[in-house]
Amino acid sequence: MRYILKKVLSMALTLLVVSICVFLAFSLIPGDPVTRMFGTEATPELIASYREKMGLNDPFFVQYFRWFSSFLKGDMGTSYDYKVPVKGMIAEKIPITLTLAVMSFLIMVVTSIPLGIYIAKHENGIMDHIISVINQIIMAIPPFFSGILITFVFGIIFKLFTPGGYVSYTKNFGAFLKYLIPPAFAIALPKAAMATKLLRGSVIEEAGKDYTRTAYSRGNTTNAVLYLHVLKNAMIPVVTFMGMALSDMVAGSIVIEQVFGIPGISRILLTSINNRDYPVVEAIIMGVAIMVLIINLLVDIIYRLIDPRIEVEE
Amino acid sequence: MKKFLSLFEKNKATGKRNYYLILGMILTGIVLLIVLLGFFYMPYSPTKMDASSKLKGISLKHIMGTDHMGRDVFSRVMYGSRVTLAIAASTIFIGAGAGTILGALTGYFGGMFDEISMRIIDVMLAFPSILLSLVFVSLFGTGTYQVAIALGISFVPSFARIVRGEFLRCKNMDYVEVARLQGVSDLRIIFVHILPNTLGVLMSSVMIGFNNAVLAEAGLSFLGIGAQPPYASLGNMLSDAQGYLFNRPGYVISIGCVIVVMVLGFSFLSEGIKRIGEY
Amino acid sequence: MSEIILDVTDLHIEFHDHDKPETVVEDFDLMLEEGEIVGIVGESGSGKSMSALAIAGLLKRHALTKNGRIMFDGHDLLTCDRDILRSYQGDEISIIFQEPMTSLNPVKKIGWQVEESLRIHHKELDKAERKRRALNIMDAVGLKDSEKVYNMYPHELSGGMRQRVMIAAAMIGEPRILIADEPTTALDVTIQAQIVELLRKLNREKGTAIIFISHDLSLIRQLCQRVIVMQSGNIVETGDVEDIFRSPKMSYTRKLIAAIPQIDI
Repeated sequence: MRYILKKVLSMALTLLVVSICVFLAFSLIPGDPVTRMFGTEATPELIASYREKMGLNDPFFVQYFRWFSSFLKGDMGTSYDYKVPVKGMIAEKIPITLTLAVMSFLIMVVTSIPLGIYIAKHENGIMDHIISVINQIIMAIPPFFSGILITFVFGIIFKLFTPGGYVSYTKNFGAFLKYLIPPAFAIALPKAAMATKLLRGSVIEEAGKDYTRTAYSRGNTTNAVLYLHVLKNAMIPVVTFMGMALSDMVAGSIVIEQVFGIPGISRILLTSINNRDYPVVEAIIMGVAIMVLIINLLVDIIYRLIDPRIEVEE
Repeated sequence: MKKFLSLFEKNKATGKRNYYLILGMILTGIVLLIVLLGFFYMPYSPTKMDASSKLKGISLKHIMGTDHMGRDVFSRVMYGSRVTLAIAASTIFIGAGAGTILGALTGYFGGMFDEISMRIIDVMLAFPSILLSLVFVSLFGTGTYQVAIALGISFVPSFARIVRGEFLRCKNMDYVEVARLQGVSDLRIIFVHILPNTLGVLMSSVMIGFNNAVLAEAGLSFLGIGAQPPYASLGNMLSDAQGYLFNRPGYVISIGCVIVVMVLGFSFLSEGIKRIGEY
Repeated sequence: MSEIILDVTDLHIEFHDHDKPETVVEDFDLMLEEGEIVGIVGESGSGKSMSALAIAGLLKRHALTKNGRIMFDGHDLLTCDRDILRSYQGDEISIIFQEPMTSLNPVKKIGWQVEESLRIHHKELDKAERKRRALNIMDAVGLKDSEKVYNMYPHELSGGMRQRVMIAAAMIGEPRILIADEPTTALDVTIQAQIVELLRKLNREKGTAIIFISHDLSLIRQLCQRVIVMQSGNIVETGDVEDIFRSPKMSYTRKLIAAIPQIDI
């Protein structure tokens, strides 16, 4: 319990650092937000009155705390371009991006773990060599290109799905999930290749340790030694990697959504970056930061469950 | 030269050959050759449009065919690879340069400054790299130079981390103590005594960094926030070509393969360099 | 004369790791009587541990055994079916190792590891019975607070306690043979004496035959009646411990005796 409490506190501290950095960075950008909002219509009087109204003349930390506390309450400001609350703009998009990330994560887990165990068991066998070569190539293909290849092979040649035929999750959830499968594979492939390679190495390393000999000496079969003894130890570095991979997948879906024409968070983020619509960019970055921190917290907790050696440090 | 060639021979003791290094050299060599050739000769101007030959397939006249504006794809690849490599190189230059200085100072002096910067660096490293570069791009604006700087900054943390670790390891070693007792200044110890000892570690990180920088640049320009048309980089061209996947799949696939060859080359090369000692 | 339970004859072990096969054990013979303690002594690389691993059925695949026989319970452990071999491992023949620090699985609870042989060989026992027996044997090997230790992890225990856990796990099935492969080498001198005392007690109370392997002749003298002296894969001398101490035939044995610190004798 103390361990989890400590991790939650550390997460809160990190979130504070992130929010200060983000707020500071965006307030340092040259250009006045009010001018930005009204464009050529801005008159000096209008700017002055809005600056006063928005509290832009207050000291930095007063502005920061106002922004951060209202952010935590769910008020993420108003988009410069669309003049609507940011929260509404991104709230309906987040489920799409998150579903895609979770789906990619599941694909990575269910492919890499059995494959990694299999080739570790048959070390230096023919499958080991074949899969290692394929892995090396997959790791070099950027996800947006593998997305295009998947569209070409499975969408255009085999006609397994309709490229660009996105279905909204509010209309038909099943069809929505089905459309996300190919992009999820595009995101998952390189990560699955890395996870397989990592797990293979980890299993082989653990299988050479003394405790496996003890396990054999008690009459365990090879499979029992592998699944009851080696695997839990071998998973420790893999869990760390998979946690990092999940954060990467949330971000990676930004690129893949472009390839497959999925109206997730990506399109809003990119137009906002191009149009310098900062409240939207800020909100999305903070949102992803919070997701990343939660994922890290979960990884820490799982880690503690797998490895009893991790104690409360300091 | 002879020593260089011996890297490719079979090791007499183990009977193994460093295939990673050989393959890496070949693939990187092909890419570099194409880029260098482009400075002296290109089959066509990469921006010359020709309405009469749009989306033509592979032929003797156009060895990678033509794009949707009738431009020669191979010439554009020559130019685009140059842009991609140039951005990747400046990314590494900024990232490794600033990262080394930051890592050296924090590792050597420690203290408050070290604490704070490591806290920030940890946060940055926990962040997905593509998002980190997007944050900086949105701060600096879109464009070729802005992207180079944005990518460079997002590469600083990993280099700073590595160099700091090396400095922590080295700063209490005897040769540093001796230099300190002789009254050598701190800055001289950092840059003349310790830094050369971290070069080995730094070199292999630079190679892996190059690999990541190519991928990151291609990703950003694929999203349309990198190098700006008409002087596009590979990622930009790929995103243009994606629209013609139905009509002429060879167009997008040939450009994608150039990216893959480039990345594969660098990753084999870094793996091969790491293994030089083993063979 | 009591019954002979283990009969090893002409054991040869060859390694095939490199181009040339390498002989690590040659013409190894051992007859073990019920309830007896036999010592095997020799410097590192003498083949004593390899012979022990062969008897425990733990030689890895790259090591190739030939020309030998390890007869136990009417089966040749070198050639019999793997299922038969496994049915003895941990139940009839147990082994403890030199490194208690690394021989236990770091992510499994002590109780789980102590009970493992029961789970494999005595499926008829329920959870409560397994735990009862585990706590019993943990008490017997001198683990204080056995109930607490049962739920602890290896990293929370000292080296001496871990070796006691290893012994408890090896003894829980009341095996007929316990192979102790340098069980005290990694431990402090005071703990060494305690472990040797514990092995003697288990031998007396449970009647378990022990093959005690060490490079330290003084330990062998404290514990064993009979000793086998090995050098570079061969048996150089065998017989009663006291006889060998009094009149060692081989210069190698004399060297081993001379290596014992004088304070111990």
